[in-house]
Amino acid sequence: MRNAEYQTRKPEDCMSGAAIIVKALQDQGVEVIFGYPGGAVLPLYDELFKTNNLRHILVRHEQAAVHAAEGYARSTGKPGVVLVTSGPGATNAVTGLTDALMDSIPIVCLTGQVPTHLIGTDAFQEADTTGITRACTKHNYLVKKSEDLADVMHEAFYVAGNGRPGPVVIDLPKDILFEEGPYFTLENKRPCAYKPQIMEDQQQIEKAVKLLADAEQPIIYGGGGLINSGTRASQLLREFADLTGYPVTLTLMGLGAFPASNKHFLGMLGMHGTYEANLAMHQCDVMFNIGARFDDRVTGRIKDFSPNSTKIHVDIDPSSINKNVKVDLPIIGDAALILEQMIRVWKEKGYKRNDGMLSEWWQKIEVWRDKKCLDFKQDSKIIKPQYAIRRLFEKTQKTDAYITTEVGQHQMWAAQYYGFEQPNRWMTSGGLGTMGYGLPAAMGVQIAHPDALVIDIAGEASILMNIQELSTISQYNLPVKAFIVNNQWMGMVRQWQELNHGSRYSQSYTESLPDFVKLADSFGGTGMVAETVDQLDSVIDAMLKTEGFFLADIRVAKEENCFPMIPSGAAHNEMILGLGDSLESPTTTKAGMALV
Amino acid sequence: MSEILEERHTIALLVDNEPGVLARVIGLFSGRGYNIESLTVSEVDTIKGYSRITIVTSGTEMVIQQIKALLNRLVPVHEVHDLSIEGPHLERELALIKVVNTGEQRIEAMRIADMFRARAIDSTLTSFVFEVTGSPRKVNAFIELMGGLGDIEVCRGGVVAIARGSEIELDTPN
Repeated sequence: MRNAEYQTRKPEDCMSGAAIIVKALQDQGVEVIFGYPGGAVLPLYDELFKTNNLRHILVRHEQAAVHAAEGYARSTGKPGVVLVTSGPGATNAVTGLTDALMDSIPIVCLTGQVPTHLIGTDAFQEADTTGITRACTKHNYLVKKSEDLADVMHEAFYVAGNGRPGPVVIDLPKDILFEEGPYFTLENKRPCAYKPQIMEDQQQIEKAVKLLADAEQPIIYGGGGLINSGTRASQLLREFADLTGYPVTLTLMGLGAFPASNKHFLGMLGMHGTYEANLAMHQCDVMFNIGARFDDRVTGRIKDFSPNSTKIHVDIDPSSINKNVKVDLPIIGDAALILEQMIRVWKEKGYKRNDGMLSEWWQKIEVWRDKKCLDFKQDSKIIKPQYAIRRLFEKTQKTDAYITTEVGQHQMWAAQYYGFEQPNRWMTSGGLGTMGYGLPAAMGVQIAHPDALVIDIAGEASILMNIQELSTISQYNLPVKAFIVNNQWMGMVRQWQELNHGSRYSQSYTESLPDFVKLADSFGGTGMVAETVDQLDSVIDAMLKTEGFFLADIRVAKEENCFPMIPSGAAHNEMILGLGDSLESPTTTKAGMALV
Repeated sequence: MSEILEERHTIALLVDNEPGVLARVIGLFSGRGYNIESLTVSEVDTIKGYSRITIVTSGTEMVIQQIKALLNRLVPVHEVHDLSIEGPHLERELALIKVVNTGEQRIEAMRIADMFRARAIDSTLTSFVFEVTGSPRKVNAFIELMGGLGDIEVCRGGVVAIARGSEIELDTPN
């Protein structure tokens, strides 16, 4: 290879490929692997059998292994590690990998492969894993020589965790696992070609601070980058908001980066964001985007997105800049590092919080807030889904709970009605919108935080997509709680059919749902049903008191819609607050219909 | 609106010469619906194992910016240079053109080939294969003229490009 130094360095030891992998994992500080064995990875499982320092969690489906690793990663800030076999093992992992790519979650996924001499022969359980995963990973490797193995292992962790985090696949032919090769320690590894670009341009930062200091209607729009940057970013954001007195809104992925109870917080923005957050975005004069990517769920119709604002965009990934929305002042860098410098500049330049000037802006915001866009009426015996989640929040807010979700209406209600005070407490599938994410993710969170309260706020349709993981949960005695908001519909599909397709409910009703109580029972857990409002509290209480895993089957109003909502293809100022709401254009346009 | 103007850009990359690197580059274009007008790739440093890729693409300013950022994000890509905006640069292309004709048209083909400094590298009594190098525009012009002089078959090598001047832009690092 190219590097002279690299050729002459001395390996620490020589050992089998499988042993190199286990040693590298240990050197990287890995404690837990989520996996499922198979023919191609047997040598590696044999090596795991001999070691005591790596905990292997046996899942029931490879997709769940990746989601569990995502939950682990997102709740700890450490990379999640997955081990699956060749062929179907790898292809089953693809959804999880894509999910991790979209939400920037650091994952290292080891996949088995047929031995090198059989690659390309359509061998048993062969799949072109690097080919298939090229588009759904940040990077992938096929290890063809055992002398590359140790370096690839170390490099994979570096790539997964640095710059914008993401999933990395290492494809491991079976013969490489047997073959002896050199082990190089982390300190002695080959220099890595991957160098994330950082442009923490001091002048840009000073300009940004000046823009913000001069703003009359500013808004801080934070995203998942704040979470990925570590807990310090969230502390600094709080400090910056205090320093400036500016309102803060967060994306779905950013929830927890700023305390929901803080008076500067306007709630989540976007398609199901709050009225005040979206209108503040629409009317602001300076927008400070930190760690968010102008996702289409956030911007609505691009043409009319925040038309009068000067936009500052801080992102660690240069390709996020000017991708969807043209910005005026890009800064490439880590959220915490940039915030730190901005706070320093703010103080050095003697900028002062100008509450007088801001009061007009806050008054406007208060008028929007007074719309109370999240209000709902719990006026019958039937449980409103919003009420169920609100009660869950009220009963768990003092316990530092970790919340995961599946995908759909319940996910949006959880985002709206569960208040997060800290980062890393909220695990949800944002970019890809993967139904079946929540239960395995909760498993991963619970593994990382054995004593914590971990709740999967689920829909009855989503949870069935990875329901087999109850078996894993049972095996490892994980006290995961699943709070199933059960309306018997694929609620969000039903809602869109109601709004956009003349209430023709094509295939969105689930006929034969299981008895969740018996289901929990069959896996050795506990289940309870709440059918009316007066049963809700006692089911939640029972759930919180139960030591093992628990399925709470909360039967909610079946045809409740998730509001407020920006219809697809509409702008921030065209929100619907509810059906029968008389805002300008409550219906979806033809162009909007074609959007997802 | 200047934003919707599509511009043609020539981008030079220095990449690790490893399996899959071309697929990564192409996958990035196909996966996001960007154009590739021309693509050439060849190893430029056999000892250190580097290849150079030249891509000609077109898109709006935002798209071109995206393409460069995405290319930069690929692990085996070491350098990304947008030759179209980094200063004057040279573009050359090699093409082989087979023209099938007889009589007066044959003589005309030879005459035009001479003007374009194209060489006849194969000949039968009814055909020539011309080798022509030059800027893509020159090659286009030559092909168009030959098309008027008989049936033609065209094979183009794609654009290779380098910046003018004494600066070494895409150095192969150790």
